[in-house]
Amino acid sequence: MPETSRRGLLFGTAAVSAGAFLTACTSNEPKEKAPAQSNQPAADDTEGKPVTIGFAGPQADHGWLNAINVQARSRAEKYSEVTLETTEGSNDTAAQIGQVKTLINKKVDVLVVLPADGKALTQVGLEAMRAGIPVVNLDRVFASPQAYRCWVGGDNYGMGLNAGHYIGEQLKDKANAKVVELAGIDNLELTKQRSQGFADALKNYSNIKLVARQAADFTVESGQAKMAQLLQAQKQFDALWNHDDDQGVGALRAIEQAGRDEFIMVGGAGAKSAMDAIKAGDSVLKATVLYPPTMAASAIDLARALGQSKGVSGLAEMEIPTSVTLYSAVVSKDNIDQYLPTGFS
Amino acid sequence: MTQPAPSAQHQGPGKGRADAPASPPSKKQGPGARVLGFRADVRNLSLLGVLVVLVAVGGITEPDAFLDTGNLQLILTQASVIGVVTVGVTFVIIGGGIDLSVGAMVALASVWATTLATQEYGFAGILFTAMIVGLAAGLVNGVLIAYGGLVPFIATLAMLASARGLALQITDGKTQIVTVRSVLDLGLPDSYVLGIPPLVLVFAAVTVAGWFLLNRTTFGRRTVAVGGNAEAARLAGIDVRRQRLYLYLLSGLCCGIAAFMLIVLSGSGQNTNGNLYELDAIAAAIIGGTLLSGGRGTIVGSVLGVLVFTTITNIFALNNLQSDVQQIAKGAIIVAAVLVQRRTLRGGDT
Repeated sequence: MPETSRRGLLFGTAAVSAGAFLTACTSNEPKEKAPAQSNQPAADDTEGKPVTIGFAGPQADHGWLNAINVQARSRAEKYSEVTLETTEGSNDTAAQIGQVKTLINKKVDVLVVLPADGKALTQVGLEAMRAGIPVVNLDRVFASPQAYRCWVGGDNYGMGLNAGHYIGEQLKDKANAKVVELAGIDNLELTKQRSQGFADALKNYSNIKLVARQAADFTVESGQAKMAQLLQAQKQFDALWNHDDDQGVGALRAIEQAGRDEFIMVGGAGAKSAMDAIKAGDSVLKATVLYPPTMAASAIDLARALGQSKGVSGLAEMEIPTSVTLYSAVVSKDNIDQYLPTGFS
Repeated sequence: MTQPAPSAQHQGPGKGRADAPASPPSKKQGPGARVLGFRADVRNLSLLGVLVVLVAVGGITEPDAFLDTGNLQLILTQASVIGVVTVGVTFVIIGGGIDLSVGAMVALASVWATTLATQEYGFAGILFTAMIVGLAAGLVNGVLIAYGGLVPFIATLAMLASARGLALQITDGKTQIVTVRSVLDLGLPDSYVLGIPPLVLVFAAVTVAGWFLLNRTTFGRRTVAVGGNAEAARLAGIDVRRQRLYLYLLSGLCCGIAAFMLIVLSGSGQNTNGNLYELDAIAAAIIGGTLLSGGRGTIVGSVLGVLVFTTITNIFALNNLQSDVQQIAKGAIIVAAVLVQRRTLRGGDT
C-alpha cells in the first residue's frame, strides 16, 4: 500500500498544482486598459429631470452584443440624472418577457429593449406602451409599430450596399473582376438582406462578377473552414466581402494559411481586431463596414429624451422620430482613427 | 494492482462474451473476432466505397479545385479536429455510453487555454491547459456517471450546458486572439512535414493510438465487454465503473487535444467553438458502424465517417452550393450511406 499512497500523493500534488495553475489562467484582464467609450452626449447635455431607464437585452454571447451592453451602460453613466435598471441578458424568449414585465412592474420611466427575438417580444412591448411606458426598440424590430415609441437599429441592406460600392470603386478599372462573398448564418433574415444589398451594389459595375458565395455561422471556426474552401475553389479573385469580423478572424487565418494576398478584403460589423488590422495595413483586410454597437448609446440618449419629453437637438422636430436607421459607414485607412474607439473585441 | 483481473480476462473475453451476452450477434473484438473481423471490414469497405464515389463526384464536378494536393491537405486538416473528438466519442459509445458534452468541452478548453493569463505561459501553457481542462471535464462526467449513477445522457447534457456557460463567462462573449507565435506558426504551411500539416499528423497519431487501444489491449476488450453487456462484464471480473470513468476521461482528453488543434487552426479561442460537435461526432461514429447501444464499433469506421462528412462539405463548397442545398443533401447522403452499408452487410451475412 505504501506504493499506492505514494502514487496517490504524487497525483494529488499534480492535480492540486494543475488546479492552481488553471485557476490563475481564467483571468482575461488585459494588460493595458481598454479604450474609453466614444464622444460627448449628443442631445442637450444640461441636466434634466431624473429618468429611470429599464434595459433588457439578450445574453452577450458574442463580441457585438457585449459591446451593446457596454455602450448602454457607459452612456447612462454619463448622465447624472439617468438611472439604468438592467436585467440579466437572456436568449430565452420566455425569460426575456419575464424580465421586461418585471421592469414594467418596477415602473421605470422608459424601456430600452433589444429582443432576443423581435417578433416574440411584441406582446410585452405592447403591454409596456399600454402601461404608459415608452419603449425604445433596439435593432431587432417588433412585429407591430404599436409596440414601440421609437426604433433605432442598424441597416443590414445598407451594409451590403456600402460594402459593394466600396469594392466596386476599388475594382472599377479592372476588367473581368471576380468577387467572393463569405456570408453569415444563412437562415437569418439579416444575412439575406446583407447579401441582397451587396448584389444590388455590384450590379452598378458591369465589369465585376460575384463568382462564389459561402455561408459561415459568425464563429471564428466556421470562418476559417469556409474561407479555406473558398480559397481552394477560387484560385484567383480580386475582392472578398466577409459579413462579420468575428468570423473574419478565422477567414484571415485561412488566408494566411493559404498564403494568398492577390485580393482586397472588406469586413463587416467593426470589431477591434479588424480595425487594428486595417490601421496596420499589412494584411488583405482594407476596410470594414460598420454595424455600429454605438446604437445602444443612442438608444439611451433617445430614452432619456423621451423621459424628459424633449426632442433631439439638431432637428427641428418637437418629438423624437419613430424610427432611426443607422448608417453603415465604411471604415478604411482614411478614417480609421475616428472609428477605432468604437471597435469591439 | 490492476493486473490480476485483466490477465484472467485476457484469455477469456472471446469465450466469455460469446456465451454470456446474448445481445449483438456480431462481435468483432478479441480472439473470437477474427472470423467476424471480415464483417467489420465489409462495413468499412462500403464506407470506403462511398468515399470513392464522393471523390469521383468531386473530381468530375470540379476537376481543377478538387484534385490537387492543396485540397487533400485541406480536407484532412478540416477533418482533423472533429476526427480526434470522434475517436474519443467512439470509445464512449462502444462502452455503452454517450457523450453529448464534447463540443462544449472543446469550447471550454479552447477559451481557457487562450485567456491572456494562459497565453503568458506560451506554447506549453496553452497545450497543458487545453489538455487538463479537457481531462478535468471528462473526469467530472466520468465520476458522475460511473460513481454517481447518473445516466450518461443526463450527466453529459448537464456538462454541455455548464461547460458552455463557463466558457461564456471566461470570454464574456469576446473572441480571444492568440498572439503566441509558436502556436500560430504550427498552423502555417512552413511547419508542414513532407507536405503533411502537423494537425493531420496529430489526427493520424490519435487514430493509430485509438485503434491500438481498442484492438490490441485489455483496455479495448474491456470497453467492448462493458458496452456489450455490463452485467456479464462485471461477473467476468471487470471493474465496470472504473472502466466507464476511464472512457469519459479519454473522451475529455481527446476534446482537450482537439481544442488545442482548433486553437492552432483558427488562431483564437471562442466560446462558440465546437458548435454541434456532439452531433457530428456521433453521426460519424454511427455511419462508421458503431452500434449506438454499445458493444461494437471500429476506430477506422469512425474516421472514415468523419472523412465522408468532410469530403461532402468540401465538394459542396467547391461547387458553390448554398447552405440550404448542402443541408438537404447531407441528410440524404447520411441515410443513403447507412442503407448501402446495411445492404452490403446483409449480403455478407448469410
